[in-house]
Amino acid sequence: MYSAPARLRPLEALPWLLAIAVYFAAPSYLPLGAYVFIMILFTLSLDLVVGYGGIVTLGHSAYFGFGAYTAGILAVRLNGDPLLGLAAAALAAGLLGLATGAVILRTRALTLLMLTLAITSIVLEIASSATALTNGSDGLHSVPVDPVLGRFAFDLFGTTAYFYCLAVVLACWTLVRSLVNSPFGAALVGSRENDARMHAIGAPVYARRLQAYSISCALAGMAGALLTQTTQFAGLSTLGFELSGEGLVMLVLGGVGRLYGAFVGPTVYIVARDYLARQTPEYWYMGIGVLLVLIVLFARGGILGLVDVLVNRLRAKRS
Amino acid sequence: MRMLKRLAVLAALALISAGAAAQTVKIGLINTYSGPMASNGDQIQKAVDLYMKLNESRLPNGVKIEIIKRDDTGINPETAKRLAQELIVREKVNLITGVVWTPNAAAIAPLTKEAKVPFIIMNAGTAMLTTLSPYIARTSFTLWQSSYPMGEWAAKKFKTAYIAVADYGPGHDAQEAFTKSFKAGGGTIVGSVRMPPPTSDFAPYLQRVKDAKPDALFVFVPAGKSATALMKGFGDLGLGQAGIKLIGPGDITTDEELPNMGDVPVGVVTMFHYSAAGERPANKTFVAEYKKTYGDKAWPNFISVGAWDAMAAIYDVVIAQKGKLDPDKTMALLKGWKNPNSPRGPISIDPATRDIVQNEYVREVRKVGDHLANVELETIKSVKDPWKEINDKK
Repeated sequence: MYSAPARLRPLEALPWLLAIAVYFAAPSYLPLGAYVFIMILFTLSLDLVVGYGGIVTLGHSAYFGFGAYTAGILAVRLNGDPLLGLAAAALAAGLLGLATGAVILRTRALTLLMLTLAITSIVLEIASSATALTNGSDGLHSVPVDPVLGRFAFDLFGTTAYFYCLAVVLACWTLVRSLVNSPFGAALVGSRENDARMHAIGAPVYARRLQAYSISCALAGMAGALLTQTTQFAGLSTLGFELSGEGLVMLVLGGVGRLYGAFVGPTVYIVARDYLARQTPEYWYMGIGVLLVLIVLFARGGILGLVDVLVNRLRAKRS
Repeated sequence: MRMLKRLAVLAALALISAGAAAQTVKIGLINTYSGPMASNGDQIQKAVDLYMKLNESRLPNGVKIEIIKRDDTGINPETAKRLAQELIVREKVNLITGVVWTPNAAAIAPLTKEAKVPFIIMNAGTAMLTTLSPYIARTSFTLWQSSYPMGEWAAKKFKTAYIAVADYGPGHDAQEAFTKSFKAGGGTIVGSVRMPPPTSDFAPYLQRVKDAKPDALFVFVPAGKSATALMKGFGDLGLGQAGIKLIGPGDITTDEELPNMGDVPVGVVTMFHYSAAGERPANKTFVAEYKKTYGDKAWPNFISVGAWDAMAAIYDVVIAQKGKLDPDKTMALLKGWKNPNSPRGPISIDPATRDIVQNEYVREVRKVGDHLANVELETIKSVKDPWKEINDKK
C-alpha cells in the first residue's frame, strides 16, 4: 500500500493553499470550513489506528466526546482559555485511550470491535447520568471561550474559529506525518500486515499499538475540544455511535491508510451534505447514500484510490 | 455641476424607493426534517406552508416573504448553531424561527444577541430559553405554564402523587413546577423518577409507580412516539385498574398521537394550551383548513399551532414595517403583540419577558364520535410563565 514518503513533496502544500484560498473566495463558508477541519482532525486520528495500525474501531467518538466535555467543563468551571482547554482535552482523552487501550488491545478483530463499541456506550451513559457536571441531555450550553492567545476573539463570521482550527490541524498533521514515516510507523504498519512476523522479529507489537492508540485518542480529544470551543456547546451527540460511524465513512470515502484520505473524505462528505441538505432538507440523506454506494462500488481505495488509478492509466498511455 | 449633483441624488432616491417596492423578507427556518424526530418538524412545516398559502394577500404590495429551510436533524445543538450562523452570515436573513428542541435553541441564542437577529421560537419549551438573549420571543409554551396549574388542580383532587419525567430541560421544568404547586396545595409527592429521553420501554419505571400506590401519576415525556410507548406501558401493567390516575401536561396526549394509543388514554386528564377538539370558531376553521390541505387523517397539534402563531406574528411585524425589518423595531413590535383569534384562544407576548401569555385548559380524553379527543373542561385565563413570575426572571 502506498503511503506518503518521508520527504515533503510540493503537492503536499495543496490542502493548506486551498484552505487559504477558501478564506478569500468564500468568506461566508468559514463556519462550515471550521467544522470540516474538526472532522479532518478526527478522521486523521482514525486513520492512525484504522489505516496504519489496522485496529478497526467503532468507538472513537468516546475520545472525541471526552475531549469535548473536558474542554467544556474546564471552561465552565475554571478557565476559558482555548489553548489550555485544548491541552487538557488532549491529555484527558489520551489518558482515557491509554487506560482503555491497555484492556481492549489485547483482543483482535470482532472482539476488539465490540469492545470499542462498549467503551462508547459506557462513556455516553456516564455523561448522560452525571448531570451535575455535564448537564445531561441538555448539554453544556453557552460555554465561555476566551480569545485565542488573549487577542483573537471568536467572532460571528467564524474567522477566528477557521484559522484556529486550521492551525491545530496543521500542527497535528505534522505530528502524524512524522510518526507514520518513522520506524515507529513502520512497526505499526508491520503489525497490521503480519502480526506473527513482527512478534517473530522481536518487535514490541502490543506496546506500539497501545502508543499509537493513545496518541490517536489524544488527537480525537483535541478535535472534540475544537468543536466545543467553536460552537460554545458540548452535548451527548459528540459521544454517540453515529459520530464514530460517520468518521469511519469519511475515512473510507477519502482513502484508508494514506494520510491524505483524512483530508479528502471529510471535505467531500461535509460539503456534499451541506449542499444536498440545502437543496432538499427532507430527502438529502438519500443523496449521501447514493454517493457512498457509488464510491464503494467503483472506487475501492476511496477517492484517492480512484485518483491513483486514473494517474496510473495516464502514465501507461504516455509510455 | 450642482445640477448634476442634484440629479444624481434624485436618481439615487428613485432607486431606493424602487427597491422598497420589491422587498423580500428572508426568514431562516431551522427545523427537524430528517431522522427519527422528523414528525415534529413536519407539523411545523405544514403549519408554515398553510399559513403562507392562506395569508398571501395580507402582505403589502411588492413585499415578499422567503423561507430558507435548514435541517438540524434532531437534537443537534452544534449543527443548529452552525446553521444559524450560516443563515445570518451567508443568507443574511432578517429573522430566524423554527426550532423544536430546547438544546438547539439554547445553542442559537447567543448568536441572535451578537448579530441582533430576532429569533421567534416555534416550539422549544424550557422556561429559561427566553432569558438567554433579548432578541428571543416565543409563541409556543413553557412546561411551567401547564405543569404549575396542573399541580394546583391536582392538589384539590388527589392526596398523593408520583412524578415521572424525561431527564432533560423540559422534564426538569415540569417536575419542579408540579412539585411546587402540588405541595403548596397540600399534596404529598410519594416518589419521583427521571427517565432518559430516548427511553421507549417504560415498564421498569411504571412498576415502581404501581408499587408506590399513589393517587395520581404525573408524567412528562416528549410528545409523539415516547408518549404512545408510555400509554402502552401504563395499560399493560394495569396501573389504571390499580386505581392510579394518569395526569400531566398535554404532551402525553397530543391530538395526532391519540389515534395510535388505543383506549388506554380515555379518562386521562391533562393541562395544555391547545387541543384540536377546541370549540373556538378560529380553531374549527384552522382544523378544517388543515384537513382540507393535508387530508382527513392529518391532525394539527400544539407544534402546528406554535408555528402557525409564529407566522402570524412574523406577518404582523413585516406588515407593520412594510417589509423593511429593523431588529430592534421588530422586537419592540413583538413585545405586546396580540392575537385574540388564535386557534388556541386569545394569546399575547408578554412585553417584560418576550414569552407567550395564553389560556390553559383542563382537558380529559374522551371518545368523540369514532375517535379520541382532548375535550376541554375548564379554562384558566391568561397564564404567564410561572417560572419567570416566581423567580423574577426576564
